Amino acid sequence: MSLQNIGIVYRKELTEALRDRRTLISTLLVPLLLFPLLSVGFGALAVTLVKKAEEETPKVMLLGGADSPQVLEALLADKKIEVVPTTPDWKDKIVNKEIRAAIAIPDGLEASLAQQNPQTIEIYKYEGELKSSISADTVERSLKTYRDKVIEARLDANHVPSSILTPFRIKQDNVAPPEKVGGAAFGGIIGYMVILLCLTGGMYPAMDLTAGEKERGTMETILSSPISRLDLVLGKFFLVLNACLVTAALSVLSMGVSFWGMQQLKAFDVTKNPDAAGMQLHIGFTAVLSVFLMALPLAVLFSAGLITISLFAKSYKEAQSYVSPLMILVIVPAVAAMLPGVELTAKLALIPILNVSLLCKELVTGTYHWNLIALIFLSTCVYAAASLFLAVKMFQREDVLFRS
Amino acid sequence: MIETRGLTKLFKDKKRGEIRAVDGVSFTCAPGQIYGLLGANGAGKTTTLRMLATILEPSDGTAIVCGHDVVEAPEKVRANVGFLSTATALYPRLTSQEMVEYFGRLNGIAGAELKKRIDEIFTRLDMNSFRDRRCDKLSTGMKQKTSIARTLIHDPQVMIFDEPTLGLDIMTARTILEFIHECRQRGKTVIFSTHVMSEVEKLCDVIGIIQSGKLLAEGSLAALREQYKEQDLEEIFVKVVAPHYKPEEAA
Repeated sequence: MSLQNIGIVYRKELTEALRDRRTLISTLLVPLLLFPLLSVGFGALAVTLVKKAEEETPKVMLLGGADSPQVLEALLADKKIEVVPTTPDWKDKIVNKEIRAAIAIPDGLEASLAQQNPQTIEIYKYEGELKSSISADTVERSLKTYRDKVIEARLDANHVPSSILTPFRIKQDNVAPPEKVGGAAFGGIIGYMVILLCLTGGMYPAMDLTAGEKERGTMETILSSPISRLDLVLGKFFLVLNACLVTAALSVLSMGVSFWGMQQLKAFDVTKNPDAAGMQLHIGFTAVLSVFLMALPLAVLFSAGLITISLFAKSYKEAQSYVSPLMILVIVPAVAAMLPGVELTAKLALIPILNVSLLCKELVTGTYHWNLIALIFLSTCVYAAASLFLAVKMFQREDVLFRS
Repeated sequence: MIETRGLTKLFKDKKRGEIRAVDGVSFTCAPGQIYGLLGANGAGKTTTLRMLATILEPSDGTAIVCGHDVVEAPEKVRANVGFLSTATALYPRLTSQEMVEYFGRLNGIAGAELKKRIDEIFTRLDMNSFRDRRCDKLSTGMKQKTSIARTLIHDPQVMIFDEPTLGLDIMTARTILEFIHECRQRGKTVIFSTHVMSEVEKLCDVIGIIQSGKLLAEGSLAALREQYKEQDLEEIFVKVVAPHYKPEEAA
């Protein structure tokens, strides 16, 4: 093995990669643009749409209620809803979004109220349609206000204080520091994205450096040079590894900037929604660095795996069809780690990808189980070494290099 | 100097089973000599030359190239060989100069020495006008010149050409043939494969006719004419090959 030769191959592959549009897009552009588009772009759009829907005064129809004038009056007086004349095709109008909801007031509602017989008021809406759902909630709030007044009147009539309904209050308080709160909320996603983009970043260079080289007819050219096949595959491997790590680094950087941008845009407005306070992201530099260190052997595993699979293909197109299913193999364990209740154990620490994904979740919250970290790092290193060994072996096989 | 001893290559094919692509081929090619390997498609020419260039490993037998065994010291063999074929393409995203530099470095040449050699070769082959142009933007002739420069950068003693003029226009093919001739004049050991009779007649000192992986006839053009009582090389070739020709091998 000659480090000098590996360096020569690496520098040449880097020069070519930097001149390849497909590699630049997958390695640099996608991670830089993906998060701002997904978070700030879609986040801002979603916030705007919800805000707009909430600001709209929904048109509703009243079905029945002629014998309950006080209920009707309360609904008509509510400025947050607009009662329009009832028509027989009210269902079609809801579906066609001409009105947002309809309120069915049962016959004799007020008489039943006087006799303290419970009745049901039904709100008809378009399930799944944002504005109709928000309108139904607005109508429900209006009816609840009226119901509270009825309860208050009943308690007054019996000289019972309203505090009887609230024997005690319940309050939830957070004791975890902000970085743990942020990590618990986003740790899984960060691990998932780092792992996924680590793989996608290496995909195009790996295919280009192996199947692409076969397709272009340069494989025979390079094999006729004095460089050993071990040095050649290692030079190519380091370029793919580099692409994996650069993509992962850029994705984390872009994610950080995106979350900062979201907070600046007040996408999580804490004054309006106190529950959203926990959504603020505070992730320490140490946590990010730890995630990276753990991603390193995984990137080795991916790079060597991608080279091995792509090398088997005769053309770039064929390599794509081999590599695409690999995405599913990586996504499944990475998503599994995001599921609530899936916690890191010694057994799970031996399952590749899932282990690093679960660990990322813990690292981001600032939790360091050193035994498990060592186990995961070592097991992933073993998988990575096996994968690299396989890649080197594949590069020695004539039936793979000259497959026709 | 090239000396092959019972060179054999077996391939496994799902449909046809074991194929003897090259079967016990032995020949010698001395410095300052051009050895022409003549054969139909699928005869075993490319496999033989790939084994000499150590791109493929022999299944049996061996070859000694510049004193190095192709099985035991393949890297030393490659350091003494320049290999050119229509399958040895250029890196499209590198410039002509970067391509030659890359192969110079892989051959252990660097710094001022590498620059000197590149300047010499680029001037000799009249390549200075396109030295900074990317290989995917070069004409076929320019690409061939770059390929020649790539094989010359380490000044190898042995040159291997595998159907170097296949698919080229007359002018570009002529450049290659002139280059092969020049290699002989410089005392290099040259072996090249082709199925173009006129190229063999023009260039070769020794001709080897190969079919079904076996070397069926060998000798100078005069000796072959004498042996087969024919003046036309094509007629000699047909006489030698016809009894062994299997159309399915040409597929």
